[in-house]
Amino acid sequence: MKAPTDYAHLEDQFQARIDAEEKIEPKDWMPDKYRKTLIRQISQHAHSEIVGMLPEGNWITRAPSLRRKVALLAKVQDEAGHGLYLYGAAETLGAERDDLLDELHRGEAKYSSIFNYPTLSWADIGAIGWLVDGAAIMNQVPLCRCSYGPYARAMVRVCKEESFHQRQGYEIMLTLARGTEAQKKMAQDALNRWWWPSLMMFGPNDAESKHTAQSMAWKIKRFTNDELRQRFVDITAPQAEFLGLTIPDEHLKYNEETGHYGFGPIDWDEFWQVVSGEGPCNRQRLKARRRAHEEGQWVRDAALAHAEKRRQRQAAKNDQKVA
Amino acid sequence: MSEKKNWPLWEIFIRSKNGLNHKHVGSLHAADAEMAIENARDVYTRRMEGVSIWVVESEHITASSPNQSESLFDPANDKVYRHPTFYNLPDEVKHM
Repeated sequence: MKAPTDYAHLEDQFQARIDAEEKIEPKDWMPDKYRKTLIRQISQHAHSEIVGMLPEGNWITRAPSLRRKVALLAKVQDEAGHGLYLYGAAETLGAERDDLLDELHRGEAKYSSIFNYPTLSWADIGAIGWLVDGAAIMNQVPLCRCSYGPYARAMVRVCKEESFHQRQGYEIMLTLARGTEAQKKMAQDALNRWWWPSLMMFGPNDAESKHTAQSMAWKIKRFTNDELRQRFVDITAPQAEFLGLTIPDEHLKYNEETGHYGFGPIDWDEFWQVVSGEGPCNRQRLKARRRAHEEGQWVRDAALAHAEKRRQRQAAKNDQKVA
Repeated sequence: MSEKKNWPLWEIFIRSKNGLNHKHVGSLHAADAEMAIENARDVYTRRMEGVSIWVVESEHITASSPNQSESLFDPANDKVYRHPTFYNLPDEVKHM
């Protein structure tokens, strides 16, 4: 009957390490729930990077100039890299890459719901870089100080690389906003469609967020969803103003007293609908992911067979030398 | 293929410039060492972060256990006399 007390004791020691801002490394003891929470969060984050390549990849061949095309290519390639850093971090917790991908392809794992919206015009690529990557950076910067070492280190790399993503997006918006009437209209239309889904990226309101309290105690999360969302609005509203575009929220207004922008209510019904698989592009995204994975199977098999053949040849050569 | 076989996991070490050590940067999957180096170039050095790459299959790494770190590092724990500050010298003595 000693076991439960031992576990409680270990948990206390673990929490004391977290409270002292010590980092937790892969082989350290950790509560099962801490491990599970991290695997869930890191793999969802990885899936978001990988699925996030799809709406933008759609525009690589149609980028309006070579400059825009190389930038978008590099951005999408970064996202593949970010997905890999994150899958790697999840694997340090004992998760298998294949299981994580299977969960995604079976539709059981979540990823950021923002990627279930369509990219209808070139301006959407600008809006994604500016708003979606902007919101992602807001979420990710505090994760660089997350208590789990490998996740924190992956986020440092991701954040370094993502500032270019946001700048290239804003530059696209700026060019369109300073362009012809039609271009300006296109930019405004993209802002109209991406603004609210971007605010939803921070997740449910604090009162509704079931994981927040525990994640904050474990220092996986450093700020609540609402804190980060408010910071994003405060930073982004003046950027929209600079573009001469209008944020589609009649309640958006700077409050002199609080020093923050007030904003209107978020349509959480839409959010939960998209999360549960009923967004405009959920099926299309998963189908594209599955197809890419299935059609790549023969390449993965062939590479393994080739490596095995070379290993055997080398072994035979070594045997001959000995003989 | 009935039996599911996957590319093994590799640990990646990068020398960011000559004169510095190779440093662990993360891991990735690859069929063999050559592919691990090519993948490491694409994943970990997209912005000139390295001049040299080492790859080691993860299963070949032996690591010390955190449970034993106390006893493992204990021998160095009470040997303050290995540090220069252990020795008292008057301030008049310079360059030491």
